[in-house]
Amino acid sequence: MNDLAERILKGDVRAIARAISWIENNRPEKEKLIDALYPHCGNAQVWGITGPPGAGKSTLLDKIIEIERHRQKKVAVIAVDPSSPFSGGAILGDRLRMQSHATDEGVFIRSMASRGHLGGVAQATRDAIKVLDAAGFDLIAVETIGVGQTEIEVVGLSDLVLLVLVPGLGDEIQAMKAGVMEIGDIFVVNKKDRDGAMKLKAEIEYVLGIQFADQPEKIKPVVMTAASMNEGIDELLTAIDAYVLKISNNGFLQNKRKGRLKSEIRQIFTQKVSAYINQKYDFENRLDKWVDAVYRKKNGPYSLINGKINLFLRESNWL
Amino acid sequence: MKKIIRILIAKPGLDGHDRGAKYVARALKDAGYEVIYTGIRQTPEAIVKTAIQEDVDFVGLSLLSGAHNELFPKVVRLLREQQASDIIVFGGGVIPDVDIPQLKDNGIEIIFTPGTPISDVIQFIEANRERVSR
Repeated sequence: MNDLAERILKGDVRAIARAISWIENNRPEKEKLIDALYPHCGNAQVWGITGPPGAGKSTLLDKIIEIERHRQKKVAVIAVDPSSPFSGGAILGDRLRMQSHATDEGVFIRSMASRGHLGGVAQATRDAIKVLDAAGFDLIAVETIGVGQTEIEVVGLSDLVLLVLVPGLGDEIQAMKAGVMEIGDIFVVNKKDRDGAMKLKAEIEYVLGIQFADQPEKIKPVVMTAASMNEGIDELLTAIDAYVLKISNNGFLQNKRKGRLKSEIRQIFTQKVSAYINQKYDFENRLDKWVDAVYRKKNGPYSLINGKINLFLRESNWL
Repeated sequence: MKKIIRILIAKPGLDGHDRGAKYVARALKDAGYEVIYTGIRQTPEAIVKTAIQEDVDFVGLSLLSGAHNELFPKVVRLLREQQASDIIVFGGGVIPDVDIPQLKDNGIEIIFTPGTPISDVIQFIEANRERVSR
């Protein structure tokens, strides 16, 4: 086990890949592994890349990798695609657009299926980031599944979020809505050669202008790119660098990482408690009886559960 | 929970006929596997690196240009060099029957020629489930 952790710290690709599978399959060994790697985490920058399906996230990432490699950075990518709700299978095709880096030793790309997890990433994404961080990658890019309006979990996993948009998906009312539009730290209008790209940029800037009317220093950059033609990528990276510098200096990055830890610890706690109770209380077996009682309107759902929880706490001597 | 099997479908060589590979990829998705598809014209080196990074259980190679005798064994050889001989390699495409024994000798476990029902491929994968459940 610790052998695997040591190999990961040395950057052994097979060990990194195997560890991510353990995490995805929720193997019991993963907890010790993550704890062993954790002290070595925190050196990588984590970028989230999100946006609607077909916006060009993978292609953009492909060009970003190219430039970051010229800057001698080691780059890892986690590219999340949806699992089929019917078969549980998935086609993981983001890698196709980044395959020019397949033989570069400084690039590691891992496709990840969402496996039923909502929020635009997979359950395993958070811990997979830790493995890659400990393995010495300088930049970890998390590409979400193509998102709609509420898949915003990536914001809690990354230091900054690139929101990739394309013209032709709606008017400025779409841009004013809550959800995905609020999580971008840097807005990218991709496919800038298409009709409506300038208009989309103007609309985003208009909305940001209203949102930050009294704090103009918080207005977020909007960058235009045509990733498949390799245009605008330098400007995008300049905007990213400026943003990273800003959040490193004003303490925002530190706060963000602490907030991330908080939500992670909360999540682990909740999961553990829930798993413990499920096991001790034999929840799954009792569930049918409860459903029956509620179905026959013998109990209301809340009074039933409150009663059961009180009973469980007394029986288990928790209080 | 049953382990979800991961499969890389890859096209080595220079032909651009990926309809078969895409069909197989999609059918395997529908059978409940996670399928990584990397597109046409991949070198054996890129395929092997991809297989290792993705920690797949199987690599399915598709080739219609006639270079299978060269490229299929090379993928197996490179996997062995990377201590990844536990990854099971199978092939498909326009492969003459006379070439199949030789490919099997070189570590390609099974060849699916045109007209094979997809259920044969799924049966092969399921028959090897124990082997890849590590």
